[in-house]
Amino acid sequence: MSKLFSDENKAAFTSPLNVNNPVAVQVLGICSALAVTSQLKPAIVMGLSVTVITAFSNVIISLLRKTIPNRIRIIVQLVVVAALVTIVSQLLKAYVYDVSVQLSVYVGLIITNCILMGRLEAFAMQNGPWPSFLDGIGNGLGYAAILVIVGFFRELFGFGTLFGYNVIPQFMYDAGYTNNGMMVMPAMSLIIVGCVIWAHRAYNKES
Amino acid sequence: MKLNTNSNVYTICYAAVMVIIVAFLLAFVASALKSTQEANVANDTKGQILSALGYDKATVDVAKVYAEKVQDNVFEDGELKPYEGNFNTTYGSLIKNGVLHVFTGTTAEGEQAYVLPVVGRGLWGGLWGYVAVNEAKDKVLGTYFYHESETAGLGARISEKWFQDQFIGKPIFGEDGEVALTVVKAGSAREENEVDGVTGATLTSNGVAAMVKDGLTAYEDFLGGTTECSDEEECPACKEMDEKECEGCNKACGSCDKACEQTDVEQ
Repeated sequence: MSKLFSDENKAAFTSPLNVNNPVAVQVLGICSALAVTSQLKPAIVMGLSVTVITAFSNVIISLLRKTIPNRIRIIVQLVVVAALVTIVSQLLKAYVYDVSVQLSVYVGLIITNCILMGRLEAFAMQNGPWPSFLDGIGNGLGYAAILVIVGFFRELFGFGTLFGYNVIPQFMYDAGYTNNGMMVMPAMSLIIVGCVIWAHRAYNKES
Repeated sequence: MKLNTNSNVYTICYAAVMVIIVAFLLAFVASALKSTQEANVANDTKGQILSALGYDKATVDVAKVYAEKVQDNVFEDGELKPYEGNFNTTYGSLIKNGVLHVFTGTTAEGEQAYVLPVVGRGLWGGLWGYVAVNEAKDKVLGTYFYHESETAGLGARISEKWFQDQFIGKPIFGEDGEVALTVVKAGSAREENEVDGVTGATLTSNGVAAMVKDGLTAYEDFLGGTTECSDEEECPACKEMDEKECEGCNKACGSCDKACEQTDVEQ
């Protein structure tokens, strides 16, 4: 048991949450951070989907890592991710149709998310299945955290709602407050991501 | 003996085997789950039709309510004929080929309604929807829209209730008799038949506008004049008028008012 949660394994899980965050430090997955963060709910759904898929594709690649021919390794990784996502979405469609309708928009975004390929290439190809699994979960959650922060600000200031519920009281609107249409635009999420990176760097000065 | 994972033969064999395994896996999953998936899709389509009629498809028993309240018809030669074939889940190619399905049913409030399927294109992929119109075929009673792959949080919001509810009670036709119901830039809906679009999703909103216009225009024959009012009692406008005053009364109800007005002016 102690081996399962050795310092190294813990680091594989915790470092992407903070000092080695995939979005804030490695600047990966920005594309989807723009696409799905105009509201909180899609941001959370996307974050969780990426977490699950990264973890499991990491495990599969890690199990295969000794057999994969070096020259076609990227293709093998891509095939594994695409097959995994397709099978999962087929299963959802057959057994939990409502969820699959919710997620159908994200399927394409998940397959092309560079965090997945980045982790497969950088971690799963060199490490065993269990550390790879933790690494996948950690990176997925690190990604999800940034998405939720961006989604929070964009939904709050762009629509005046959180999870679709109005949070800005009516008297504020009566007093002349208006929702910021700029927040709804993808450009604004880049600016928010920039601010998050700024805050993150200021906080982690030594790294 | 250690396998040389860098040799050409190994690489080619590996790729071939991998592709075959993955292909079989995907084919197996797809065919094993096909019937369940199709049943789900059919059930969901019925739910969407009920949604346009004002039912909450998440809470009602879709199969039961659909069987009770809705009848699938095809509009042919100026009249509705009950549709006997298998339930369709996509209507794009059918409408293009002139097979016009019309669902008759009652809304959640108990009003008689016709539900028309509409199909269009958004920013990234297809859009579809169902528009419920009232018995007189001049007002919208409810809508349902969905999309293949619009951006979550922006274009995808056309599937939310607030957007769809804006259509309720809107007149379909403008004064010139053309379909005038449309979606305009968010916050700029002024006219009676304008609906606010989604902020930040102008192209998807335009797609909905085009879909509604094209979709309803495809059903123009149906909307324009199927309720024959050869019997005077069926046409309220004619009923009040002397027969001599209005000679156009035997025409379809929708154009009857107009015909009467014109005769009036001429006289």
